[in-house]
This record gives sequence, structure tokens and C-alpha cells, in this order.
Amino acid sequence: MKKFTRIICVMLALVMALACFSGCKSGDTQTGSDGSTGTSTIKIGGIGPTTGKAALYGQAVKNAAEIAVEEINAKDSSVKFELKFEDDENDPEKSTNAYNNLKDWGMQILCGTVTTQPCIAVSSEANNDKIFTLTPSASSTDVIGGQPDADGNVTIQRKDTIYQMCFTDPNQGTASAQYIKEQNLGTKIAVIYNNSDAYSTGIYQKFSAEAEKLGLDIVSVNTFTDDSDNDFKPQLNDAKSKGADLLFLPIYYTPASLILKQAKEISYAPKFFGVDGMDGILSLENFDTSLAEGVMLLTPFTADATDDLTKNFVTKYQEKYGGIPNQFAADMYDCIYAIYEACINQGVTSDMTAEEISQKLIAEFTSSDFTFSGLTGENMTWSDSGEVSKAPKGMVIKNGEYVGM
Amino acid sequence: MTFVSNLINGISLGSVYAIIALGYTMVYGIAKMLNFAHGDVIMVGAYASYCTMIYLNWHPLLSILFSIVVCTILGVVIEAFAYKPLRRAGSLAVLITAIGVSYLLQNAALLIWGSTPKIFTSVVNIKPLSLFGGKLTITAESIVTVAACVLIMIGLTLFTQKTKMGKAMRAVSEDKDAAELMGVNVNTTISTTFAIGSALAAVAGVLLCSAYPTLVPTTGSMPGIKAFTAAVFGGIGSIPGTMLGGILLGIIEIFSKSYISTSLSDAIVFAVLIIVLLVKPTGILGKKVTEKV
Repeated sequence: MKKFTRIICVMLALVMALACFSGCKSGDTQTGSDGSTGTSTIKIGGIGPTTGKAALYGQAVKNAAEIAVEEINAKDSSVKFELKFEDDENDPEKSTNAYNNLKDWGMQILCGTVTTQPCIAVSSEANNDKIFTLTPSASSTDVIGGQPDADGNVTIQRKDTIYQMCFTDPNQGTASAQYIKEQNLGTKIAVIYNNSDAYSTGIYQKFSAEAEKLGLDIVSVNTFTDDSDNDFKPQLNDAKSKGADLLFLPIYYTPASLILKQAKEISYAPKFFGVDGMDGILSLENFDTSLAEGVMLLTPFTADATDDLTKNFVTKYQEKYGGIPNQFAADMYDCIYAIYEACINQGVTSDMTAEEISQKLIAEFTSSDFTFSGLTGENMTWSDSGEVSKAPKGMVIKNGEYVGM
Repeated sequence: MTFVSNLINGISLGSVYAIIALGYTMVYGIAKMLNFAHGDVIMVGAYASYCTMIYLNWHPLLSILFSIVVCTILGVVIEAFAYKPLRRAGSLAVLITAIGVSYLLQNAALLIWGSTPKIFTSVVNIKPLSLFGGKLTITAESIVTVAACVLIMIGLTLFTQKTKMGKAMRAVSEDKDAAELMGVNVNTTISTTFAIGSALAAVAGVLLCSAYPTLVPTTGSMPGIKAFTAAVFGGIGSIPGTMLGGILLGIIEIFSKSYISTSLSDAIVFAVLIIVLLVKPTGILGKKVTEKV
């Protein structure tokens, strides 16, 4: 009898394990035409947090990718795309699993991942597998590799197949410092950053180096970690007591929303200056947007721009998914189009292996003839370091909306 | 003035830890088990209150009552299904079950509410108190939290000292078998303890999210661990000790953030715990129990 129970137990355990695996497969999304004759359908994979703390980014990116792929497939063109987007919950381990799933599916080009920490892991894998990767928004230099750290050492070798659509963290840090100096936004600057996060730390290091060069006075620097992102009053009190008139927040929007609330509670009202991670703060459910009034951020995309390309994209996005697309969405839209143009120029077809495609795309992206104009900038170019070169725009939140400065 | 303001922040944060820690202490003191799912009951309480307030437009007080009811039922159900069958099993089995329940609750919340953060509306709708010409601001949440903490502690002490059920709890806590022989219904007593502990968790959840309003399925886990630390720190099983531990932990955390280093604050908090336990292994107000062999 005992033996029988044991066998039943083992069988039940097996059934449950199988159920787990089969569960992983559901919930994927696929868009695109199914390889009609004459055209070649290239398989593009996307990875990003469509659930989790950074879900706003992943969802926006996924939506934008779907719009771009749909538009391209409607065109009378030799290149068609098939898109499969996987969720990684902003977790490096889950992201690597998602990447492996996509590889099994036959992914030829990767657009992702969305957030930095997972992308550092996935980009190494993609580089080993020689899959061309263009990340919309993972901005750390560790994603592309080959960049010197704060001490000037190159600890991560250049990952040859990885390119970025967004600014690198150092560029964001440097550009923020320059922008604050040029626009004369503050004289005494305080910083609060997340020192358990590569994105936040990377921006802070370059910001402080550039600020020193420009003669900006950083009076208070404080940190927090993912485990202690509840109470920011000590950090804010420190900034307040040192008389900082501008608070630089190179962090994501979730802790930033708490900082804004607690600053108000201790009646501290400096100018708040964020980077692209601040984008999305207005879409938080039940967030009091008056708290974010006057918050400034550097970002390459404004949804209220009046050019045709932006208008078309924003209208389509609103119709299909509701809400105003953020810059992550715009970055992804540009990613798909940049890859599309490069594929056409190089005559990439779907029967090529991922490695062949990657060689062709790298040649195209680094060639001096290739410039790309999209939502997030005019005449963007890429160097073989993987970084993009384009101009940032300053934005400010007014009456609960992002407005160009 | 910064010092006073930091002190108030510390006491306020500590009071939240203390209310959560009281739940740990009650259950540990009576059932001799660590209910690691306690932090997640807090999260469920906060979500229950959030949903009734935002989606059904209930009055904050009504939503707190609802949340208390939900958590009490949840606590009793968890006890009945996950812990009661293991009453005679080793303590390790119960501990692992508690961790399992904790993950079950977190993932269920992830399925129901998703992991996009929700911004909790404070249940306290009073303007912050401004003293000394705006140099010192005390939020209404802080005052309410500290007051709630003191009230709960007094209430619990009276309950365990004066009522029949309270006496039964103390009896079970001292010697389960002897209490059973004296006619105390051990199962009912333990279930009641879980009900009270979970009701406290609901209050803690609402107060925690009123002060720090981002609500995600993992909201309860870190405060849960800190509160457990506070309970051990003050003397697990002792009600005043737990409250003292919670408040001290809050003050140490805020002070080390303000005066030593924001990066090292958690390390300092736990280092203090280690030192206290080395000097006084039962915690600050913990009773020393000699094991009879």
C-alpha cells in the first residue's frame, strides 16, 4: 500500500512539472504574415518586462513593435517580419530563459532586451550565438561592452553583435550635467541614486565626473537599494539641509514617485531632474500627477511633437492600445525600422542564418552611408562601439503631460 | 531640528515594524512557529483596502474594516489548511510550509493584480502638522501610525492578561500538553491567535502603504523580514519587547541612513541585531526559559 502511494506521489509530481512547462508556452504573442511565397519573412525576437515593476516599459515596447511590424508587412516590400515577444519581468534569469525560447523558435534578429540588468546577461549570450541585437532602451555600457569603467579599465570586452538605439548611461549622465549647466537650472545639486542597479550607478558616475568638469557643485549624494526603497526622508533631509536647489534622480519611476511624495511631506521643493527612467511616472495607476508638476527629464522623444512621423505613430498607438506612447515605445519603433532599412540595403533574406544576417547588418550599421531618421532623432549614426549618436531633448511635466522645453 | 525630524521618522517607521512584529510574536509565543507568510498577509490586506477604496469608492474606514475581515479569514484558513495538519510534525516542516504559503500568496497576488505598482491613497486625510515655522513637519500618517501602535499594544496586553481567551493563550504558550489536560481547547486557541495576528497584519498593511504608497505583490516581504528581526531583537514572545524592538529598529535604520551611510543602513541594522543577540540571546525584553532535561 505504501509503495502504491509513493508511485502515485511521483506521478503527480511529474504531471505538475509538465504542467509548469506547458504553462510557459502560453501567453506568447505572434504577429506577422506566415511566410507567403515570393517574400521572405525574417523572424525578429523581442524581450522585455510586460509584467513586473518595470512593466510599463515592456508593454510600451511590445505595443510599438507590433505597430511597426504591422506597418512594414502592409508595405509592398521584399522584406517582411514575424515578431515574437517574450516577458522577462526585468529579471536576468527569466530573460535568459526567454532568449533561449526565442532561439528555439528560430529567431534571426533580436530587438531587446528592454531593461539594462537583463540585457547585460542576454547580450553576452546573443554575442556568443552571433545574433544581431539592437536594444531599444538598455542603456548601460556593459550591454555593448568594450567601454572603460570609472577607473578607465575595460572589464567587459566589446560584444560585436550588440547595438543600442538609446543613449548609453554615460552619455545620459554627461548630457544631463551639460544640460543643467547650459540652461542654468541649479547651482547646488543633490543626487539620489540606486547603488544596487547598474543603470542608475552608471549614469551617476558620469554625471558627477562631468559636473566636476563643468564646475557644478554637487552638495549631497545619497543612495538606496532595491531592498530599501521605501523611506527616502533621510536622503531628502540631507539634500534639504545642504540647501540643494536641484535634485538629480537617475532612477526608475517607481521609487521616484515615492521621492516626490516624501519631498512634499517635508516641504522640500527643489527642481527635480530625471533621465529616461523617469518616463512613465504619469501612467502609474492612481498616482497624483500634481506631485510631478515641473519635473524635468532628458529624453529623445516627445509625443507632442508635430512632425508627421510622430503624429502617425501617436495616433495609431492611441487607437490600438490607448494612452500616450513613451520614449521606450518610440525607441522600439525606430529599432524595427532601422533594422528594416538595413535589411533592404543589404538584401537580407529569411533563408540566411542568424550569423550571416548579423554580419550583413553590422556592416550596414557601421558603414558611413547608413543614417537613420526616426521618432527619436534625425540622422542617427552608429559606430562600431555599438553606441548611437543623436541629440537629446529636454522635457518638463506640465499639467500632467510631457511638454518639450 | 533635522535630528528631531529624523527621530520622528524613525519612530513612525518603527511603529509599522512593531505592528507587523506583534503578529509574529503572538503566533510564535503561542504556537511556537514562525509564520513567514505574515508579511504577505499584510500585502493582501493592503490590496483589499486599495480595491474597495479605489474601485468601489468605499470610505477609508470601511475599507480598513473590510481588509481586517479579509485578513482574519485568510489567516484562519491558512492555519486550518497548511499548519493544523502539521501540528505534531517537526518545527522544520512547519517552517518550510510557511515559506511555501508565502510564495503562494505572492504569486496569487501577481496573477490577480499584476505586478504593475499601484499607488495607495492614504487613509489618513489630514494635513501634515507644521511646527517651528515650517522647520519641522510631521505627517498625519506618522501620528496615526504611532497612536495605532500604542493602542494595539495596550489592547493586546489587556487581552492576554484579563480575558479568558487570553489566559488560555498564555497557558498554551507555557505548556501545550498541560493546558490541554486542564481543559483548554488548544486548536481553538491557536486559531484565535492566527485570527488576531492576521487582523493586525491588515492594519499594518494599510498603515504601511499609507506612509509608503507603492503597492506591489512583494510589498510585504522586506518589511516582514525587518519586523521579524525587530521581534527577535526585542524578545520574541514578549508583547512590550516586540514593540520596543520595532521602534528601536526603525530609529536605528533612519539614523544610520542619515548620519552614517545610506548604502550601509541595512548592514548596520542587522549588525546591531547580531550584537544584541550575542550579549542577550533572548532579545532585549525576552524571558529566559531554562530547558528542563
